[in-house]
Amino acid sequence: MPVACDPFLCVQGLGKTYAERRWWGGSRSGKTALEDVSFHLEKGRTLGLVGASGSGKSTLARALALFEPPTSGAIRIGGRNLWSLGGAERRRARAEVQLIFQEPAASLNPGFTAAQIVEEPLVIQRWGTRQARREKACGWLQMVGLPRQSAGKPALHFSGGERQRLAIARALILEPKLLLLDEAFSGLDLSIQAQIESLLAGLRSRLGLTCILISHDLRAVARLADEIAVMDSGRIVEHGATADLAARAQHPRTRELLEASLALSLDGTLS
Amino acid sequence: MKYLIRRLADSLLLLAALSVVSFVFAQLAPGDYFSELGTDPRFSTETVAALRAQAGLDRPLPVRYAKWVRSCIRGDLGYSLAYNSPVAPLLWQRIPATLLLTATATFLAWLLAVPIGIWNATVRGTWGDRVSQLIWAVLLTIPELVLAIVLLVLAAESGWFPAGGMRSAGFSAMDRWAQARDLAWHLALPAAVLVLGMLPVLVRHVRASMLDAIDSPFALSARAHGIPRGRLLFRHLLPAAMNPLVSLLGFSLGTLLSASLLVEVVMGWPGLGPLFLEAVAARDFALVLAVVMFSATFLVAANLAADLLLYRLDPRIRTE
Amino acid sequence: MSEAALAVEHLCIEWMKARNTAIPIVSDVSFRIESGAIAGLFGESGCGKTTLAMALLKLLPHGRYHAEGSVRIGGREIRSLGEREMERIRGADVSVVFQDPGLSLNPVMRVRHQVGEVVRAHRGAASPAELLELAGLPSSDRILNAYPHQLSGGERQRVAIAQALACQPRLVIADEPFTALDAIRVVELIDLFRGHREKLGTAFLVISHHPGILARVADQMLLMRGGTILSGGPPRDVFRNTKALPWGNARGV
Repeated sequence: MPVACDPFLCVQGLGKTYAERRWWGGSRSGKTALEDVSFHLEKGRTLGLVGASGSGKSTLARALALFEPPTSGAIRIGGRNLWSLGGAERRRARAEVQLIFQEPAASLNPGFTAAQIVEEPLVIQRWGTRQARREKACGWLQMVGLPRQSAGKPALHFSGGERQRLAIARALILEPKLLLLDEAFSGLDLSIQAQIESLLAGLRSRLGLTCILISHDLRAVARLADEIAVMDSGRIVEHGATADLAARAQHPRTRELLEASLALSLDGTLS
Repeated sequence: MKYLIRRLADSLLLLAALSVVSFVFAQLAPGDYFSELGTDPRFSTETVAALRAQAGLDRPLPVRYAKWVRSCIRGDLGYSLAYNSPVAPLLWQRIPATLLLTATATFLAWLLAVPIGIWNATVRGTWGDRVSQLIWAVLLTIPELVLAIVLLVLAAESGWFPAGGMRSAGFSAMDRWAQARDLAWHLALPAAVLVLGMLPVLVRHVRASMLDAIDSPFALSARAHGIPRGRLLFRHLLPAAMNPLVSLLGFSLGTLLSASLLVEVVMGWPGLGPLFLEAVAARDFALVLAVVMFSATFLVAANLAADLLLYRLDPRIRTE
Repeated sequence: MSEAALAVEHLCIEWMKARNTAIPIVSDVSFRIESGAIAGLFGESGCGKTTLAMALLKLLPHGRYHAEGSVRIGGREIRSLGEREMERIRGADVSVVFQDPGLSLNPVMRVRHQVGEVVRAHRGAASPAELLELAGLPSSDRILNAYPHQLSGGERQRVAIAQALACQPRLVIADEPFTALDAIRVVELIDLFRGHREKLGTAFLVISHHPGILARVADQMLLMRGGTILSGGPPRDVFRNTKALPWGNARGV
């Protein structure tokens, strides 16, 4: 489907095939994780990316966050093709796309204090003076609902939900244009999950964030996303507004996911 | 198979690099075999220079290196000026003794280290464990030299073990069985020194590796399935703990070889050690180089074997 | 009245933090699981559910935990049993499925042997192939000869289940078995558990922090918070009474 590149985020024909290396140094193609993925997203909207394990969602997230180069296709934010940027430009571009991972215990350095974790992106981008960075980090701690006094506490003294808040603060301190959340809510207790979701919803509207939520859980995504894309075996098989998808799922994969998610909800609805 | 070929190619490259480095470093030592002659007033400088030219020591370095490599491939390892004989026979005469000592020491050290290490791991925290740790710490700090001398003195005083040498007089007259016993009797002390030197390191590694396995989630899972303790330890945990230990095996062979050269000199075991020492003292270039290259080849081969063994034993390495 | 698969009475577990400091983890817990029943244990992280599960098998590190109370499995009191006898009971009368099969499977042992070891330990007769089928996996050579890292997450979880079912235990304790799986797999797994209950009369204790999953799989619910069991009953009733739930009326349940 031809895609105009006016919208904020434009992904075209993205493909990723892992190469298997041979012992003499050559390579042959191995696993195909993404195949011809195309979609676009308007500024300020939230896209939910769902699919079973192995469908390619995390690979897509890593390509979007500039972690792993795709083998084909382009990712454009505001018209610029991210992967074709050179050194310094790309470093600045990394600041524009931030990724939050699933395991807050694993993605935060347990020895660092809360303030060190949150101000780290500022340090990397060489922003401001030490005072200014510390001030900004403390400000963000408050924005995510953590007390200012906890700035000096090492990360391992925080609970799972609190660590996820730190991860959010760290991700947003550079005011990125695009926020990616890769299974960021699974594994948290449901009450904590609800709190983090409302925190995110609040920040999103305040900062006008564009978000992509990646999950295998349709319900978690349905609550926050404006539109949903379903992935299967490296391709996007369905993409539409959340309400439409819930009511009239077309692709069998979507229906499978929908049924499974509904089966696991207490009240038989998606929200 | 691919892995084997790749590792083999790597090893050959390593050996080539080592040969260049050894060659260059041997040259860096000031003087050569004829330097002492040069200080003797009876020999004129021209004579010394002529002797040098005759031995080919005045040629430029790359030329000498190329010549050396060519002759090595032919099997001619050079000429020892100090012993006035080709190097190769000198080497082959001594190598069996060194190999015997090193192999025996390695075998015994590991034979003891694995059960003791496992035992240490299972009694972690108890006084048995603490006493063990103390013993290993003490052993580790005693230099091998001191151990060798202490044992030698004990041997000389008590007469239980020979104070040196590899064979008793009248060896050739003994029958096979007596010969083997005699060899073992002579081997005992040098091997003991080497084993005592290596044991603390090996035991600690075995203990640490086993502890990692014992504390792992899959150990808890196996216990939850009712796998009995003995089987759990040897059939489930030990294989999982082998990975770092196999790498250590390759590494320990190298350490043991270096230590054995020292022990041979002190305890009079007729291996490469005394030969090497003499060659260095006399600045006998060809012999020094030959011994160094032999050691290097031995080490590289040992590590290659360890890597291949690891590849065979640990399935996780095979999916790269 | 036949014996319950599991009967717990007044179980208290304390963590010995230091010589004289004992921190209560589980306080005065009592409940029963009948043969062939599927019980769900719901609670937030830190409420003591995993400690409780480990205590039922006496797998808590000796010396660091102190437990009191009665635990009867199939009518047999286990609190007074020694380690040797517990080895016979674990895996045979009660077995466990852990949360992360990537960690709970031995990385250097093939699937065939891992499953076979459990059978061998209890002198059972089932073959690994049969057990894999029981867990819903095709008993192909690819899977039987595979090492855990060569299998997908879902396949690994089923191998762990095959191990748990190897000796047809009375009770299977599943500690957060669904966390690593996507919704479709979760539904499949739930059907597998229920299928087992129908065929073999196995009782299950499913621990999870996800109410939707528990509502679907469990006949009876046990709500745990701060080391005590707050309430029990059919899932719908328990969850409808949202006052008992930690998040009150927050949406998303």
